[in-house]
Amino acid sequence: MAEYSALSIVKNALTGNRDWKPAWRKPEPKPAYDVIIIGGGGHGLSTAYYLASEFGIRNVAVLEKGWVGSGNIGRNTTIVRSNYLLPGNTPFYEHSMKLWENLSHELNYNVMFSQRGIINLFHTPAQEDDHARRGNAMILQGVDARFVRPPELKRRVPALNLSGSSRFPVLGGLEQPRAGTARHDAVAWGYARGADRRGVDIIENCEVTGFVREGDQVTGVETSRGRIHARKVAAAVAGSTSRVMALAGINRLPIESHVLQAFVTESVKPCLDTVVTYGGGHLYISQSDKGSLVFGGDIDGYNSYAQRGNLPIVEDVMSEVLELFPAFAKLRLLRSWGGIMDMSMDGSPIIAKGPLPGLYLNAGWCYGGFKATPASGWCFAHTIARDEPHEFNAPFTLDRFHRGYVIDEKGQGATPWKH
Amino acid sequence: MIIPCPFCGPRDLSEFAYCGDADNLAARPDPAASDQSSWNAFVYDRTNPAGDHAEIWQHAGGCRRHLRIVRNTVTHAISDVTMPGAKA
Repeated sequence: MAEYSALSIVKNALTGNRDWKPAWRKPEPKPAYDVIIIGGGGHGLSTAYYLASEFGIRNVAVLEKGWVGSGNIGRNTTIVRSNYLLPGNTPFYEHSMKLWENLSHELNYNVMFSQRGIINLFHTPAQEDDHARRGNAMILQGVDARFVRPPELKRRVPALNLSGSSRFPVLGGLEQPRAGTARHDAVAWGYARGADRRGVDIIENCEVTGFVREGDQVTGVETSRGRIHARKVAAAVAGSTSRVMALAGINRLPIESHVLQAFVTESVKPCLDTVVTYGGGHLYISQSDKGSLVFGGDIDGYNSYAQRGNLPIVEDVMSEVLELFPAFAKLRLLRSWGGIMDMSMDGSPIIAKGPLPGLYLNAGWCYGGFKATPASGWCFAHTIARDEPHEFNAPFTLDRFHRGYVIDEKGQGATPWKH
Repeated sequence: MIIPCPFCGPRDLSEFAYCGDADNLAARPDPAASDQSSWNAFVYDRTNPAGDHAEIWQHAGGCRRHLRIVRNTVTHAISDVTMPGAKA
């Protein structure tokens, strides 16, 4: 019987719900593991899960400085999509989408994956051409894409301002129907439980303070709970990548840490059943199952580790919400928060061996890390287990910047605050 | 965030444009004499510290001067504002 099922709910109800096991144990760290993963966020936990489930490596520890899900996995706007243009990105994100489509079943954990579609609005003829190009590139690579015109938009997104009087009138949108949202905390908890049940030790409140090395070879980590040895050490620490790598003597990386803010309103009746993005600026908005509108925009645009942002972006994002949805002016904002993004120099991630022997790096997610969680873990586990990348993550090397193989989806160049 | 412009006084963040890591920009290789690897390092690699960070901002909505600002990336507190290139 699956651990979570209708039958187990009935069975546990009959015994007063006293026999549920915690979703993961609280083990003491062992002196040594085959693999140590630094970072108990979405990517670290999914890496541990796939190492154990797909690659047979179960003597694994996940070291988390705070508690599971306290970083960006619990701070994002929960959007899942694979509507990329470039060949290096599309197969990877489409692999992620296929893992998402079976994730609740795979984990026996309801991650509330809802394929409600995403509509990227366009507002000028040039932007329409650009979206047509991206849509065609997606279709050529086996991803679903279609155009949505204003009459359909009016029917499907009734609250959307389609009047010709707006500053950037909506001409239409590019939709990926299989895109959607998922419950972000459930993704962390589901992977954590799945990894734990396969023997992975998830060690919370355990901060890595240094690396143990023999020559160049990394052979373990120093932590706030003592020294732990490992044959392989893998870092998946998002915005803290530069800090953690500096502990290993790597002082320069193609990454800057920037703060990205997100916002949530009070709960209202269902009024938006898809994800909408604004092409006149930068806004993405959806409605959670609880009824809150969840949205965000650009990063603040300066280096930051503060996990809180400044007011100009708040004003900017609110003005974009009201441009698209004037009726939302009556809603009250409940919360805003910030997360630290590991902005890479080309806007694409790094999943690779190195930069030292025995060390593996998963970083550079910019603000697109959540949708990548399953494929990131899957590809990182493959890279760690086989000591070579899968073809899906082969382009995401650390040395691509110096070799001239950047994957610059936005064509923005080495200005990470503009990706 | 309020940035103290030495020419205009304390002004709101929204008046300023961020131009990146000042120490990196100041370390640009010699265009005539340098090799590929130092250019790659200049264009792509950053120290990205958690703590004091020297950076260039332009007061785009004010005097339009470029400023070298030392700002703490954890607290956002600004400890120094000078003209780029000026001796400390």
